[in-house]
Amino acid sequence: MTTAALKEKRRQGRWNALLLAPSGLWYLMLLILPLIVIMVYSVGERAPTGGYQAGFTFDNYLNIGARWTAFKNTLLLAPTGTFICLLAGYPLAYFLAVKANPRMRLFLLILVVVPFWTSFLIRTYAWMFILGGRGLPHLLELIGLEGFRFINTPFAVLVGIVYAYLPLMVFPIFVSLEKLDKRLLEASDDLGASPFATFRQITLPLSAPGMITGCMLVFILLMGEYLIPQMLGGGKVFFIGNALVDLFLQSLNWPFGSACAMALVFIMMVTVGLYLKATRATGSRDVSLM
Amino acid sequence: MASPESGSSYDVEFRSVVKHFADVRAVDDVSFALKRGSFHSFLGPSGCGKTTSLRLIAGFEQPDSGSVEIAGQSVVGVPAYRRPVNMVFQHYALFPHMDVASNVGYGLRQRKPRADAAEIDKQVAAALELVRLPHLGKRRAWELSGGQQQRVALARALINRPTVLLLDEPLAALDRKLRREMQIELQNLQREVGITFVLVTHDQEEALSMSDTIGIMKDGKVVQFGTPEELYDAPVNRYVADFVGESNFFSGSVASCDDTGAAITTPSGLTLQAPFSRLGGKLQPGAKATIAVRPEVIGLWQPGAVPAGLDISRPARLLNRIYLGDHSEFQIEADGLGPVLVRLPKHSTEGQALEPGDQVIMGWKRERALALSEA
Repeated sequence: MTTAALKEKRRQGRWNALLLAPSGLWYLMLLILPLIVIMVYSVGERAPTGGYQAGFTFDNYLNIGARWTAFKNTLLLAPTGTFICLLAGYPLAYFLAVKANPRMRLFLLILVVVPFWTSFLIRTYAWMFILGGRGLPHLLELIGLEGFRFINTPFAVLVGIVYAYLPLMVFPIFVSLEKLDKRLLEASDDLGASPFATFRQITLPLSAPGMITGCMLVFILLMGEYLIPQMLGGGKVFFIGNALVDLFLQSLNWPFGSACAMALVFIMMVTVGLYLKATRATGSRDVSLM
Repeated sequence: MASPESGSSYDVEFRSVVKHFADVRAVDDVSFALKRGSFHSFLGPSGCGKTTSLRLIAGFEQPDSGSVEIAGQSVVGVPAYRRPVNMVFQHYALFPHMDVASNVGYGLRQRKPRADAAEIDKQVAAALELVRLPHLGKRRAWELSGGQQQRVALARALINRPTVLLLDEPLAALDRKLRREMQIELQNLQREVGITFVLVTHDQEEALSMSDTIGIMKDGKVVQFGTPEELYDAPVNRYVADFVGESNFFSGSVASCDDTGAAITTPSGLTLQAPFSRLGGKLQPGAKATIAVRPEVIGLWQPGAVPAGLDISRPARLLNRIYLGDHSEFQIEADGLGPVLVRLPKHSTEGQALEPGDQVIMGWKRERALALSEA
């Protein structure tokens, strides 16, 4: 390599480093360093007055079973919520991408986004009221159906989850359905497949990348969910996120909280690994989340 | 083979078919019948209604009025997936999430009761053999070249043994050499399987070289329907003569006519005589008309060397000469006629010595020209 080319390459390298520096610094300060701190804390000990005290023990990890309920709730309700979002979101995305009049489509897409114009907190408060004693159960009482209780149940948490996360499921599926080549559907029709057979053999597999991406978006965010179980689960149905807040801020057991947080990170990594494998298996090279 | 039992010897029949899109009459009162086992083409510029005609046969569109019959059975209202026809799409439309073998076997897998897997595999192998693509069954469609994808699309359609095979500009995406090869291959394939082929194209060479019959379309109507020879030798009007092969046109109004031909006066005052086209209509005196003369019909001579027996001869100036291997094209400017294209074979003695700028005499025999209506 000539010196000129070498110089040019070095200049390019400096330029790239400059471009990457702000985000790199950001991630280092707010992601990598805290993660290292948490890792160190997770093998430490709780100071007698709360907080962290240096040490090296795996007791915190062995003790995770004590927060089993939080893990169980999260690992049960996050996939269930994701699945319900998929079941509810697919038909909506299909309608928007395939059936809706093109002139109506933009308007309908805006309607899907409209809830985001109001604070998430306020919307969840609204659900608290709707599902609470003076809301839906009261209405049911008026028509003679007594004894219903929604607030502070897994059902209430699921309602909140599906309500909040549905748009995140709809958009990736919508995109994959909208860019589906309509000529493939005609080809299937031409080759003797009924409309339902065409949907099953062509539309569904070709929208799989959108479904997988939507599921991942919803699932990953749900695993760290805090607000919905806090407000609609009322301390009875709580997620890992709620347990972490409790451990750090109430019990001041930082090492144990750190161990629980590390366990959550581990579960996420396994899930994302499976996701990457699944997208490779469906042969999609153009849709990916990370 | 899915040969129908009905007595009709036609595989596709249109009777007064009309199809609108918004306020455009894409197919405007079209009637024709395509003989069983023939290779038929629809030829015309984009927007002439040829693709809509094909989609009406396939079942992707339903006619607003008139009837479409396949093998003697009306298929009006029958959806595409219940019709005994298959299509090769312009951009092949191969399923990207399936390998080649699954693409080819797709049609067989839709049948009820479902054929057993071994039988499907056997037929898929035979179909890939037919299009000369064995051993590629496990590949993904997007890994193949354009020509190979084309063959997979053909195999995927032919494996169903359709009554009619529809081809929507199947060769448009291929390069010129591959296109020639595929033209010959398609023709051979059609003879081999004996299925009626219906091709849509805007490439006149493609239509002429492959078809038994051609329908020339314009603005949703079939202008002329006939064999390639009929279209070339006896076009019904200027549009057909212009679309099929090349012609020089000398327009004017009809000065006089009899049962066999007409004399046309050009704006420059020349009167040219020519017989009517065998299949074209007669012309009325005073009507707008044109004399069509193919480039190979016209001769060029040095002044003084003009042979006897020419009916029309004019002095002209040679503008340009284009060498094309086995023949040469000459652009000339003829007195009173304007620019004229002449084509002479390589070994014509007259053509050898001519250079741009030369004064020449051009001429033709009147019975080799045609008097045609303008529309």
